[in-house]
Amino acid sequence: MKPFVQHEGLVAPLDRANVDTDAIIPKQFLKSIKRTGFGPNLFDEWRYLDHGEPGMDNAKRPLNPDFVLNQPRYQGASILLARENFGCGSSREHAPWALVDYGFRVLIAPSFADIFYNNCFKNGLLPIVLPAEVVDQLFRETYATEGYRLRVDLPAQSVTTPSGEVFRFVVDAERKHRLLHGLDDIGITLQHVAAIRAYEQRRRQDAPWLFVNSAGVENS
Amino acid sequence: MPSRTLYDKLWDAHVVHVEPDGTTLLYIDRHLVHEVTSPQAFEGLKLAGRKPWRPDSILAVPDHNVPTADRDKGIADPISRLQVETLDANCREFRLTEFTMQDRRQGIVHVIGPEQGFTQPGMTIVCGDSHTSTHGAFAALAFGIGTSEVEHVLATQCLWQKKSKNMRIRVEGELGRGVTAKDLALAIIGRIGTAGGTGYAIEFAGSTIRNLSMEGRMTLCNMAIEAGARAGMVAVDDKTIEYLRGRPYAPQGAMWERAVEYWRTLVSDPDAAFDAEVEIDAATIEPQVTWGTSPEMVVPVTGRVPDPAGAPSAVKRADWERALNYMGLAPHTPITEIRVDKVFIGSCTNARIEDLRVAAAVVRGRKCAPNVKLAMVVPGSGLVKAQAEAEGLDRVFREAGFEWRDPGCSMCLAMNADRLEPGERCAATSNRNFEGRQGAGGRTHLVSPAMAAAAAVFGHFVDVRNLQ
Ligand code: SF4
Repeated sequence: MKPFVQHEGLVAPLDRANVDTDAIIPKQFLKSIKRTGFGPNLFDEWRYLDHGEPGMDNAKRPLNPDFVLNQPRYQGASILLARENFGCGSSREHAPWALVDYGFRVLIAPSFADIFYNNCFKNGLLPIVLPAEVVDQLFRETYATEGYRLRVDLPAQSVTTPSGEVFRFVVDAERKHRLLHGLDDIGITLQHVAAIRAYEQRRRQDAPWLFVNSAGVENS
Repeated sequence: MPSRTLYDKLWDAHVVHVEPDGTTLLYIDRHLVHEVTSPQAFEGLKLAGRKPWRPDSILAVPDHNVPTADRDKGIADPISRLQVETLDANCREFRLTEFTMQDRRQGIVHVIGPEQGFTQPGMTIVCGDSHTSTHGAFAALAFGIGTSEVEHVLATQCLWQKKSKNMRIRVEGELGRGVTAKDLALAIIGRIGTAGGTGYAIEFAGSTIRNLSMEGRMTLCNMAIEAGARAGMVAVDDKTIEYLRGRPYAPQGAMWERAVEYWRTLVSDPDAAFDAEVEIDAATIEPQVTWGTSPEMVVPVTGRVPDPAGAPSAVKRADWERALNYMGLAPHTPITEIRVDKVFIGSCTNARIEDLRVAAAVVRGRKCAPNVKLAMVVPGSGLVKAQAEAEGLDRVFREAGFEWRDPGCSMCLAMNADRLEPGERCAATSNRNFEGRQGAGGRTHLVSPAMAAAAAVFGHFVDVRNLQ
């Protein structure tokens, strides 16, 4: 996983609450068995005027000029400003994959859905929760200033506006540590193999039925 | 030991290791796998030269992409087919139990887990699917995970988790005639909102919950995620235990006795503290119908489409306006005047035998209204389908003009051929009314099986309580 330390980038405002993962990446694109290539279909139904299917040449499809990410001033945005409960619905990790593939590195919202929030950290995408009033202010400033950029500092847990205003955010120490160093969760867990085996042994004594499969055969 | 909630007990029993900030390595007892969220996980596993830690903990099934008609002809869409074949190949390679598309036990992953007794009290159960919360009906800690976590569980049998807060939703009293667990679930979401349970594990408690069947409890826990909670759960009682007795994967003989003894402890202690409590009076709940593009946009069938002018905030007003525009509805329209083009009875929320019985009782001796272009029943599993056929329910549906299909997710998310066309309006027993969920431009109204059946017969929503 790509480490995340600091990031400075252009902000795009997505002014809707409860943006669900079906909207972030519609189901027809979930048929892929790869992790990459979802960016062109991010927000597909809002972004294009026609109906998208896998295998289409997205460069040739008609863009919806009203959709915010299609406006010239937001081209190259890497920070997405959103409203409450962003990422609700399906657990599909294709949603963060699509956001990352498109070029986003930071999401800012008053709240995120749990599974989505968790999935972001596994993909080097930093979801930042700021109070609703602050998010409101950032929306106003983004609309008011073309080329509005924010600076995000993970070690300092801060977001800095162009005028130098600083907002602090909260992130779990462990998540922060893993993201800062781009650590792989499985690698970390495998350092605890002895503890896992000890747990299993204890559990097998207390609750042996958990280790018996359908045929009544005990598994190792 | 201090008093603990059911969630606390389930959590404590699975702790392998704790980091200083509380991040916990949690042991996972059961891993359900389907074709959409697993291919990348298996690929990652193989690239790293790893193997599943405990193959016996895994049950795999293709459900999202499978066709619900002419199954013996295979899957027409080559991309869907590849995804299902990839699951088959991965299960073969690692010798995992899979109910393939041709297996009569195949079905929606959240229907077959309980049906097989693979889901048991006291377990941690995960699946790369948000509706894993369904299994919490068995006093299990069950939640949806992303694909990276699917790979993590495959490789290590564990997951890194932060403990959620405890919420109890206590429902007391009797549900009125024609009011079901689905209506209760929708009413709860309408009350607390789609983010109301974010950060919480919800325990559903109270006399109303105790009186629900296991099917009803599954419907309720299924929709906990629609209230923002990753996990919903119900304490063990006699119904839980009786449901599991004799199921293929349930413990047998002396092991069964030992298991039951443990399962009986899976209730919140009487004085356990919850971080949040919600009280609901069952008698106040009417049959529910969603009018918008989020499950929280819901009103009783006796109500009207709301006016965005009355929305509680500016953000909500914009949301409601957008939703009404998408749904093609005008404010103040009585719900019973909304006409439907299609009816879908299915999904992991409402495709169990009890749901089909209730819907069939409404349909019996009646016909679908002429304006209903398609009404379909998609049983939750092959075994549900067989049971329904043994009871003659398929004939009841067919005679009324319903299509009787093979099990799968079907039009709940329209990854297979079953979908809405742009602008079509559907009464659906599924769990999500998001834009485009049932097909691009499709308009979904979430209802109970009885309400969906009645909408098929009358061509518009009706209050099932008024039917004979
Ligand atoms: S029936 Fe619908 S909600 Fe349930 S698992 Fe399938 S797609 Fe998901």
